Amino acid sequence: MNKTLTMLSALGVGCLLAAPLALASTPEEDQALWQTYFEKRFPQVPKQDFANGVYAIDPVGRENWEAIEEFPPYETAISNGEEMWNTPFANGKGYSDCFPDGPAIAGKYPYWDKDKGMVMTLPLAINECRTANGEKPLKYKKGPIADLLSYIAFESRGQVINVEIPKDDPRALEAYEKGKHFYFARRGQLNFSCASCHAGNSGTTLRTEILSPAFGHTTHFPVYRSKWGEMGTLHRRFSGCNEQVRAKAFEAQGEEYRDLEYFMTYMNNGLELNGPGARK
Amino acid sequence: MLPNSRTLLGTTAALTLVLAGTAALAAMPEMQLNGDAEAGKEVAMDRSRGNCIACHLIPGGDSPGAIGPALVAIQTRYPSKEDLAKQIWDPTVKNPEAVMPPFGKYGILSDKEFVDVVEFIWAQ
Repeated sequence: MNKTLTMLSALGVGCLLAAPLALASTPEEDQALWQTYFEKRFPQVPKQDFANGVYAIDPVGRENWEAIEEFPPYETAISNGEEMWNTPFANGKGYSDCFPDGPAIAGKYPYWDKDKGMVMTLPLAINECRTANGEKPLKYKKGPIADLLSYIAFESRGQVINVEIPKDDPRALEAYEKGKHFYFARRGQLNFSCASCHAGNSGTTLRTEILSPAFGHTTHFPVYRSKWGEMGTLHRRFSGCNEQVRAKAFEAQGEEYRDLEYFMTYMNNGLELNGPGARK
Repeated sequence: MLPNSRTLLGTTAALTLVLAGTAALAAMPEMQLNGDAEAGKEVAMDRSRGNCIACHLIPGGDSPGAIGPALVAIQTRYPSKEDLAKQIWDPTVKNPEAVMPPFGKYGILSDKEFVDVVEFIWAQ
């Protein structure tokens, strides 16, 4: 029995050491713990700089990135998106009829839609606008939607993330919890969770690649990724991560990724939006 | 004291059962650990197979990652080749939070690749 007890204690200590982010609390507590964890892990990084992903902690990578940002690879996407925004649908109406506040609206998403009982994202709202006006919905990972999102993101730069989990609808908390569970659940043949790389091992190296901290991950989408050679959406990136750990990707804009976006963006409350971005 | 001890006994018994159950599921099958270290080196360095180098420093390997411990002085760290093999088969048995993939349990490596890589790492 003593042996078993010793073994149990050893396991317990192992868990504590390996899982510095044991989140079991209210969203407010999670968020404070999350942000403090990364600020302590990377004390040299000013808070807003977490929005720059790995370049906040990789000085060499940052130099290259700043050089790339002088002639941003996402510029064409922004101008294509602006044209889309200003081109009327076949029925004569346009995006500004659906979004009367103009294109600077990225900071409003994602949000909990009480009537629909689901997390509402900007790409969903765009397609809702299109189908309501007799247009075909856009595909969610790349192409025209990434262009339109680039324009909206550019116009929304500087908006401060302020995702709310409304207390008057328990389903909102449930969606948040599902997103949180997704983030920490191990999956795929390689058995990694998102947190395996981007929480407890952020800042270490996978071969020569520095693993970026999770805090700040949603701020800069859509993104021009050199690996893709084109623009892609946040959910395209989620799919890529899942496939990289040899798991089957979920559907872009399906419930799993929307809840994940809800959790991740809520964790980033207080950071400024800085999309569209450029990454390796 | 007595009621407490009894509770403790009960809890421990239950937990032991759970642990024993988990161990049985994750157990490495009997296999001859007589692989080919040279072939194992290729597996350890290959991105799509072992890719040990992605996370571990290995003497003679270029641009190692730094997530896991350096693979040096292995025979001072594992009492036997079988013990090392079990760790590579499924590192979550010893530490459920271990990030390292369960290379044997999840079939990431074939049995041949597995014994080869064990042989290679054992020689480090």
